[in-house]
Amino acid sequence: MAKVTVDGIEVEVPNGSNVLQACEAAGKEVPRFCYHERLSVAGNCRMCLVEIEKAPPKPFASCAYPVADGMVVHTDSEMVRKARRGVMEFLLINHPLDCPICDQGGECDLQDQAVGYGGDHSRYAENKRAVKDKNLGPLVKTVMTRCIHCTRCIRFSTEIAGVSEMGATARGESMEVGTYVEKALTSELSGNLIDICPVGALTSKPYAFVARPWELKKTDSVDVLDAVGASIRVDARGGEVLRILPRLNEDVNEEWLADKSRFAVDGLKRRRLDSCWVRRDGKLAPATWPEAFAAIAAKLAGLDGGRIGAIAGDLCDAESMAALKDLMGALGSANLDCRQDGAALDASRRDFYCFNTSIAGIEEADALLIVGANPRREAPLVNARIRKRGLAGAFPVAAIGTPADLTYPVTWLGDSPAALAEPAVRDMLKAAKRPMMIVGQGALARADGAAVLAACWALAAECGLLGAEWHGFNVLHTAASRVGALDLGFLPGPGGRDLAGMMGGGVDVLWLLGADEFDTSRIGADTFVVYQGHHGDRGAARADVILPGAAYTEKQGTYVNTEGRVQRGALAVYPPGDAREDWTIIRAFAGSIGKVLGYDDLPALRARLEQANPVFARPDILPRFGCGDLTGPAGGGAPGSAAFVSPVANYYQTDPISRASPTMAECTAAHHPAAALAAE
Amino acid sequence: MADTTPQAEPAHFAFDDESNAAIAKILARYPAGKQASAVLPLLDLAQRQMGRQTGSAWVPRVAMDEIARVLAMAPIRVYEVATFYLMFNTAPVGKFHLQVCTTTPCWLRGSDEVVAACRKATGIAGWKETSADGLFTMTEVECLGGCVNAPILQVNDDFYEDMDGPRTEALLAALKRGEVPQPGSMSGRQASAPEGGPTTLTSLTFTPAE
Ligand code: SF4
Ligand code: FES
Ligand code: FES
Repeated sequence: MAKVTVDGIEVEVPNGSNVLQACEAAGKEVPRFCYHERLSVAGNCRMCLVEIEKAPPKPFASCAYPVADGMVVHTDSEMVRKARRGVMEFLLINHPLDCPICDQGGECDLQDQAVGYGGDHSRYAENKRAVKDKNLGPLVKTVMTRCIHCTRCIRFSTEIAGVSEMGATARGESMEVGTYVEKALTSELSGNLIDICPVGALTSKPYAFVARPWELKKTDSVDVLDAVGASIRVDARGGEVLRILPRLNEDVNEEWLADKSRFAVDGLKRRRLDSCWVRRDGKLAPATWPEAFAAIAAKLAGLDGGRIGAIAGDLCDAESMAALKDLMGALGSANLDCRQDGAALDASRRDFYCFNTSIAGIEEADALLIVGANPRREAPLVNARIRKRGLAGAFPVAAIGTPADLTYPVTWLGDSPAALAEPAVRDMLKAAKRPMMIVGQGALARADGAAVLAACWALAAECGLLGAEWHGFNVLHTAASRVGALDLGFLPGPGGRDLAGMMGGGVDVLWLLGADEFDTSRIGADTFVVYQGHHGDRGAARADVILPGAAYTEKQGTYVNTEGRVQRGALAVYPPGDAREDWTIIRAFAGSIGKVLGYDDLPALRARLEQANPVFARPDILPRFGCGDLTGPAGGGAPGSAAFVSPVANYYQTDPISRASPTMAECTAAHHPAAALAAE
Repeated sequence: MADTTPQAEPAHFAFDDESNAAIAKILARYPAGKQASAVLPLLDLAQRQMGRQTGSAWVPRVAMDEIARVLAMAPIRVYEVATFYLMFNTAPVGKFHLQVCTTTPCWLRGSDEVVAACRKATGIAGWKETSADGLFTMTEVECLGGCVNAPILQVNDDFYEDMDGPRTEALLAALKRGEVPQPGSMSGRQASAPEGGPTTLTSLTFTPAE
């Protein structure tokens, strides 16, 4: 530790810290443009100048100067102010004064610092430099004349995203930041460039000229477009969600957000179900809530519970699933399923289906085996963590599945379950102290899924992944609702049918709670389908009654991410038209047919969640456990020989919201031309 | 952005045998895993090979991509280096690349005349332009480090020193005829000694030590 005095305040910081970090520890703000705590140090903007006593009499770039014991730093001396004013004047020489038409206005570091250090007029009368804008694809808009060459975007794409596509070409006056060869960025994390660019050079293309930051109502919430559960901030104006930004959460997403979660917002406005619909004479016709409820009640009248079923979709909140499960119980049905993909998940123990190491825990691991997953497409933020761990060194990664570029070096050992027996797998895992394994849905959503799950667990037990202090067995989910549904036991009860059993006429009434990710043509022709959800997607197309629900930005919902972390989403805007929060729909319907679910408000329903599973009592906190019991999942049969295939073929369109999003459609066209054609 | 016209950019680039032999020697200079250090010599090889094969010594993008592949680095890292150094031409140039130094010492000694003579002899109007016959491209460069014999006109790899208008015209005429005049001072100066011969150390004689 080094003792440093900053403006008279004494702080202790670890050796090897830089002066800027010491200033922050002392609570002194130092302006910066190029420095970013998660990126390598470039030291090129010179805005962070400070004065250091007993050092050569010149200002020092604090971000690039290491602390020494006994150092005395001044962050607000006359020399410092003068130096920073000089730097600011230079930065503004070529920076256009176009704040009124710049989307960064109001949240621009340069604008903010110019208030403190800028001059009241410009002494520069010569021509300013103009730079041609670059086309970086459908997500990131560029106005390169505004670029101050801090190189944050270059360092982000090279270091964090792991796709070296941005660079600085030419030099001096001619230097330009871009890709040189025009191309759409191929990273799933490219939206973060917008956040880290300190000026308005990189801004959001879909959000261009939409709103000013001070007009927005900001709501802290959680993302549901993959199973990571990233912390987000939902910015809305009027009744409209305009953009989604990441929120700092070191345990989950650090400060990043994946592109789908950020840019699929425009899907929230399209193809929405905003009123009830009832199928009459083969055609869906608008209806009122009482009419819709009456149509369902008429079908249910006198029907045996065993002929009724419910399927929960990928975006559901725990509250609505609990309510639906209670409704099914009241109707005498045990036909419940949440595994739309048919994944052989074993819910008998929580660590059989959770990401037990935790996302932050990846950084403690020292070897990784990936089975049947493509984390880059299924959970880009988990992938970023793996890459971060890999950059720290001594982290062998092996994978079984279809080879793909995961942005870090991977040894591909085979593509089918047979590769689990490879000696190289055991050698790698056994040589490690804290080995971990990630099992994807691509390994489980198949006929031999149960056997693969059991085989993976057995391998984990054999190779020391399951210690008293360390749990290295992880299931990577792709659906935000899945772990919550498993925690609630949204699975076939005793004698109940699973999803496959409900198909082909297995039930007479089928309640789909936002379930769109299975082949609805498998539903029997005579089955009466109730679709409750927010988008007119596959499920609604097959429905006989549509009940309009709320999307994740429009309700207070509880979600459990792949780690098993319970998180609460918040209401940012009200659902459109007649749509309602989902649990209230179910409760109202239960009331209309004389069933009592036992809760009338959210606190009562949340108490019910806790009663169903105590994990719901601890939102946001993820206790980490070792593995006390090596007994594995039930399994059954032997793994087959088919190759593992990731369930996410096209990252940009995986759910009703992203399928309704024009921005995601553009990304699909840019990155998966074949998929885009097929969709037309 | 490279202002390469689509016709100019070849579809394909591969190092020939001569370059490959040189690459093997160059790569051996660097420790394993540090092959990216060879990016500068490889860019130079690519430019020379293009000169040999097409008469225009430049580095097309496909060549940069090939270098990235050979050195296992991201293509953008090669683009950054190639565009940073003005010695790499990222657009086609004429057979003779006229690099006129116009920095202060050369300018004081008459580089404007050299430029004017180049314009007159080649018909080129501005910097970075190539003459209609494809023989000459004229580029303005900063100090070439030959100020003692200013002004300097560098043609491809060779320095022609002590230039003036008529000498420049004569040089370009010779190049057009396919001759390659002897590089060095065009005024007959001995190396970089004063004009008319050495003026100091003229009387010293060295006798071998006993
Ligand atoms: S585009 Fe933005 S982040 Fe990138 S170098 Fe320029 S100012 Fe920095
Ligand atoms: S923040 Fe220190 S030089 Fe840019
Ligand atoms: S100024 Fe021309 S060579 Fe130095």
